Amino acid sequence: METEEKQKDLKLKTMPAPESGHQSARHESRGDFNEKFIQVRAFNFYYDKTQVLHNIELNIKERHVTALIGPSGCGKSTLLRTFNRMNDLIPQVRMEGRILIRDNDIFSPDTDVIELRRRVGMVFQKSNPFPKTIFDNVAYGLRVLGVKDRQLVSGIVEQSLRGAALWDEVKDNLDKSALQLSGGQQQRLCIARALAVGPEVILMDEPCSALDPIATGRIEELIYELKKRYTIIIVTHNMQQAARVSDETGFMYLGKLIEVGPTNKIFTKPDDPMTESYITGRFG
Amino acid sequence: MSPQALLESRKKVRRSDERYVWFAAMGLTIGLVMVAGLLIVVTANGLEVFWPKDVVEIRVAPERPDGTPGMLLGELTKQQEKKVRTLSGSNREWQVYTANKDAFGHSFVYVDQDRVLGKRSPMEALVVERMEYGDAIGYPVSIRAKDGATLEVSSPGFAAALAVRIREAAALRRQIRQIEKGRIGAINAKMDGLRLREKKLTARPDDPPALAGVRERVSALQARYEALAAEARRLRGRIDEDRLVLRLADGKERVIPFGQVVDAYHPNALSPAAKTARFVRALWFFLVEEPREANTEGGIFPAIFGTFVMTMLMSLAVMPFGVLAAIYLREYAKQGVFVRAVRIAVNNLAGVPSIVFGVFGLGFFVYFVGGSVDSLFFADRLPTPTIGTGGILWASLTLALMTVPVVIVATEEALAAVSRGVREGSLACGASKWQTIQRVVLPASAPGILTGLILAMARGAGEVAPLMLVGVVKLAPTLPLDGSFPFIHLERKFMHLGFHIYDLGFQSPDSEAAKPMVFATTLLLIILVVILNLSAIIIRERLRRKYATGAF
Repeated sequence: METEEKQKDLKLKTMPAPESGHQSARHESRGDFNEKFIQVRAFNFYYDKTQVLHNIELNIKERHVTALIGPSGCGKSTLLRTFNRMNDLIPQVRMEGRILIRDNDIFSPDTDVIELRRRVGMVFQKSNPFPKTIFDNVAYGLRVLGVKDRQLVSGIVEQSLRGAALWDEVKDNLDKSALQLSGGQQQRLCIARALAVGPEVILMDEPCSALDPIATGRIEELIYELKKRYTIIIVTHNMQQAARVSDETGFMYLGKLIEVGPTNKIFTKPDDPMTESYITGRFG
Repeated sequence: MSPQALLESRKKVRRSDERYVWFAAMGLTIGLVMVAGLLIVVTANGLEVFWPKDVVEIRVAPERPDGTPGMLLGELTKQQEKKVRTLSGSNREWQVYTANKDAFGHSFVYVDQDRVLGKRSPMEALVVERMEYGDAIGYPVSIRAKDGATLEVSSPGFAAALAVRIREAAALRRQIRQIEKGRIGAINAKMDGLRLREKKLTARPDDPPALAGVRERVSALQARYEALAAEARRLRGRIDEDRLVLRLADGKERVIPFGQVVDAYHPNALSPAAKTARFVRALWFFLVEEPREANTEGGIFPAIFGTFVMTMLMSLAVMPFGVLAAIYLREYAKQGVFVRAVRIAVNNLAGVPSIVFGVFGLGFFVYFVGGSVDSLFFADRLPTPTIGTGGILWASLTLALMTVPVVIVATEEALAAVSRGVREGSLACGASKWQTIQRVVLPASAPGILTGLILAMARGAGEVAPLMLVGVVKLAPTLPLDGSFPFIHLERKFMHLGFHIYDLGFQSPDSEAAKPMVFATTLLLIILVVILNLSAIIIRERLRRKYATGAF
């Protein structure tokens, strides 16, 4: 029963092929959206005795791209990984505060972590395709959910690969090993893999840091397309990328969220002097 | 420092480095030479057994000056320095394999080289391989039929007649075997079952028709048994109707019934091609036949089969347990003091002497578990133990226990080598921990796990000491796998190549005769282990290419 519902859920997320051509990052919001799709309330994060995140307060807008910027070690990746509870894997971790997605506390005892990770997908800094075929990589999430219908799986794999702008390059080679793809292609494959299970949120942890400028450009184009349907949170070191790609930006320093607001404002007239120093490259 | 001085000092350093390269190369060479030496010695001695050797006739000076010279007919096996030296003379002696153990009481003779008057290689000398008492070497005289008619060696059809009779005898022996082992064996098995039921029914005398029915079937089977036994007896009689008359070196004649003759050939008259053909045939029979004459003759097929089946069973037992234990230790258990203690214990287990495992296997598996199963399920057969005695199942389990640490360690290493990125990727897709392990981690660590299996199999196939306590025997009447239901008999005792070598070398009544077999069996054991390892390595290579990860 549950599997059938999941299958229906996945069918609804049909994606059109990405349009070619550049799209301006300062695209105004489309239609109705939830200003507080994800809420972070008074969130503190401790690793053993060290406090890594201090009292984070943040709202993430639905179907917008929110970028987290800041110098190394400021806690952006830690915060990002909390959204899909990947930090649960680390022992000796303690958290206080709440994180709500669609007003549901993700830390409540009756949250299904597996379901959460399906709804909140993640793309990692170093692409991590499985040592399987391209098809099996994208279909992995579906198979793990229990979807057996071969036609459905094929259809969703094609959709996801189109959505990740990879379909044309691999459609004749779906049985090739994923490890034979180039770096940029592997990262797009990981995006396709995340898309396949029909998430609502996509977390991206410095997705382009290991890629060359051309591959980076293509991923950024992809993000413009994806944000029509998905809420995207991206952590990046690259301020120009943040400026190009995101609608909202949050600046973090030493575990505190210093300032958050529309990207336009953060990069032209930030409120906090530390933000300004960082943007202008005076430190970090 | 000036550039020239710098260059000079660097050159000096480079030269002394090259010295150490020689040390490393020397170490490797010594190792390779030892392995090659071992293989060459075993192979040469082992293969030499099967090559048909020339037979010589030696005239020996008599003991007393007025006596007649003695004649020896046989294979010249060794020429060596005498163990007890005399003051004069060459101090060399020859060892001659004269065969005919039943006629002379021994099959090897030592002769002083000084006393040898002459040596020649007679074309007519015949080597007869027999079912019992080993070979017979002599000069063929005639073939004697039942009715007394003789065919002399000088008649033109002698060689053909000899060949025909040998073939017929082999066919008859096969038939007898089929009757005795196959059909009578099946009847015996059925009778066993029926007798048990009879015993049970007589204990509760409330069902006379059933009891009568059982007794009826028993007598029917008994009748069939008698008929088959009579047939076998008749065939045995037929097989011994014709005899071969042989004249030995000392002039006496010996009569050999053809039922005893396995093969006969003139070694000195063989061309190199014929010798090669015999060589290959001898090798083949060695591999597929059963042993004769206290394991010093015949083939070692049951030992090969037993070793193979035991190794397979051991691998089947050790893999799941080892891999699951390693998965739990590495992936699920909280890494604390307890887990560390378990790991230390597992590693130490690998160093325990194998005989200790044998004793444990005997006490725990055979007596405790086997005894309990016997008293629960086979109580009516007691005091004869069914499974509460040594057998291939307990032997495999004992060896599996012995090799489990190897598998656990290798599996843990392989699991740890799978990168965190791939695990996180899987979890981020919405997979549970077990799904991640099953679908991503295990396939990626398969090459390393197979390495562990290779090591386990190599160790298990070579161990002998524990097996002696839990189920290996010198001569097993049946194989653990055969055509009778339930096809795999886990309670049967079995033969093992390693134990066979030990038995031949140290428990043989005739150690000189056993020596060639020891080498041949050793060679085969080495080959078997190499084949097992090679197959596992090939599988591992294929998997490695497919998964292209990790250091294994």
